[in-house]
Amino acid sequence: MPDAVRTVDAVWRIESAKIIGTIARMTGDLSLAEDVAQEAVADALTQWPTAGVPTNPGAWLTTVAKRKAIDTWDRRRRLDDRYRSLAHDLDESIAGADEWQPIEDDILRLVFTACHPVLGREAQIALTLRIVGGLSTAEIARMFFVPVATVQQRIVRAKATLGAANVAFEVPEASEWRERIGAVLGVAYLIFTEGYAATTGDQWIRRDLADEGLRLARVLAGLLPREPEAQALVALMEFQASRFGARMTPDGTPILLADQDRGRWDHSQIERGRVALARADAVARGRGRGPYALQAAIAECHATAPRFADTDWDRIVLLYEALASIAPNPIVDLSRAVAVSMATGPANALRIVDRIGTDGALRGSHLLPSIRGELLSKLGRAEEARSELLAAARLATNTRERDVLLAKAAALES
Amino acid sequence: MKYMLIMRATAEAKAAYENVPFQEIIEKMGAYNEALASAGVLLAGEGLADDLTDSFVVDFAGETPAVTDGPYGEIHELFNGFWIIQVSSKEEAAQWASRAPLGAGSKLEVRRVTEMSDFADFADTDAIKNEAVWRAEHGQE
Repeated sequence: MPDAVRTVDAVWRIESAKIIGTIARMTGDLSLAEDVAQEAVADALTQWPTAGVPTNPGAWLTTVAKRKAIDTWDRRRRLDDRYRSLAHDLDESIAGADEWQPIEDDILRLVFTACHPVLGREAQIALTLRIVGGLSTAEIARMFFVPVATVQQRIVRAKATLGAANVAFEVPEASEWRERIGAVLGVAYLIFTEGYAATTGDQWIRRDLADEGLRLARVLAGLLPREPEAQALVALMEFQASRFGARMTPDGTPILLADQDRGRWDHSQIERGRVALARADAVARGRGRGPYALQAAIAECHATAPRFADTDWDRIVLLYEALASIAPNPIVDLSRAVAVSMATGPANALRIVDRIGTDGALRGSHLLPSIRGELLSKLGRAEEARSELLAAARLATNTRERDVLLAKAAALES
Repeated sequence: MKYMLIMRATAEAKAAYENVPFQEIIEKMGAYNEALASAGVLLAGEGLADDLTDSFVVDFAGETPAVTDGPYGEIHELFNGFWIIQVSSKEEAAQWASRAPLGAGSKLEVRRVTEMSDFADFADTDAIKNEAVWRAEHGQE
C-alpha cells in the first residue's frame, strides 16, 4: 500500500468520529455526514499523493467534507422546496464558523445513533467500527471474514434504516438512557469477545478484533465518565486481554486457566484493569456493581492470584452469586458451580448443576454434561461420570473439545 | 501495536520554553494527553525531571557498575519524557506523534515496543521464560 493511502487511513482512524459527528450535528443528517466525509477521503486519496499531506490533515478533511455538505444542501434546495427553510438555517449556522469545530457531545451522539435499536447487531457493529472507530470497510471486512461489498452493503442499509425511521442525531432521553447505554457497551463487548474466543476463522484468538473492542470501550469510558458500567467494561477487557500471551500453545491449542504460565500475563494491563475497576466503583458511589463490574471483579480475582492454587474461590463464589441475582443466566450458574466446586467441594457444586439440569435451560449444550461429568468423576462416581462425558462429547461441536471429552471418558474406563 | 514516543530536547528547546508561561505549557500538554486518552490509544506517559539533582548514571564500562552524577554534558538531546500508545499502524503512530505540542529543538523518537510475538521463535527457551517471570514479578509487561 502506498504511503499516502496508509496516511489517509491513519488520519481517518483518528478523525472520522469528529468529522462525521460535527457535520451530522450541523445538518441533522448522519447519512449525509458519512457520505460527504467519505467523499472527502476520496479527494484526499487523489490529492495527497501528489500535493503532499496537509499540515493539519484532519482540518483539511473537515473543510472539504463541510463544503460538500453545503453543496449538497444547495442542490437539494434547488430541487425541492421542503429543504429551503432547512437550508436557510444551515446557512445561518455556517456563518458561525466555530460550530464546525467538534464538541464532545457530537461523538456521544454518533455512538448512540450508530448503536440505535432500529439497527440489527451486525449493522450496529459495522457502522460503529466504520464511523466511530474509523476503520476502513476493507479492514472491517477482513476482521469478520466477509467480502468488502458485504460491509459496504451493511453500512448503506444501516444509514437507510436510520433515515427511514427518522432517527434524530441525539443522545437518548433519560427514560431510555439505561437501555441505550447497554446497547452501546454491548456492541463494544461483542467486538471484543469475538476476538477473545473467535467463532469464525481458524484462529481462536483474534487480537485485532479484541484490540478494537478495547479501544472502543476506552473511548466510551472517556465519553461517559459518570457511567460505572462503561469504566467497568474497560476493566473487564483489560483483565481478559492480559491473558492473551498465555492462552495458547504455539500451535494454537488453548491452554486452561489453571495451566497458564502467569509470567506471560501482561501485568501492566492487569494494573490498568485494576485502575479502571476502582474508577467504576468510585463513580458508582455505593450504588452497587453492575454486570460488567461484577465480571471484572471475578476476572480481577484470577488476574491477581500469583498461582492457580492461590485463587480466592470463596470471593469468586460470592461475586457469581451477586451476578446471578442481577443478571440471571444459566451460564453464570454453571460458572458459579465450578467456583463452588473449587471453594467447598464437588458435592455442593453438583446440587447447583442438577438444578440447572432440571430447569432445562442448557438442554442441547455440551457444557452441562461435561461439567456434571467432571464433578461426578471428582466424587468417585466413575460410571456415571463416564456416561455424562460421552453425552457431552456427542453434543460438542468443536472437534478439539470433543477429543478432550472422549479422552477423559476413556480414562475412567477400568 | 504499541509505540513509545520518546521526547528529547536540546538546550535550544529548553531556552525557548523559558519564554513560554508555564501555565500554557501545562495546558497544551494536558490537551494532548486528553486527546490521546479520549481516542483510546494512551497506555502510559511520564515526564522526567529537568532538575538533575536526584538523577544519576550507572556505567557498566568497568568490572563493577559505577554510579556517577553524570556526565550529562555529552548528551545534546536530553531524554525528558515519554508516552506509550497503542495504535493500529505505524502511520497512525506518526500522526499522533506529529500532534505533540513541542517546538523547535525538540524531537520525538518513535519506537515500536516489542511484544512476545517478536520472540516467538525463542518462546520455549529458558531465557525468554525467565524474562517473562521477571517481568511478572516486577509488574511490567
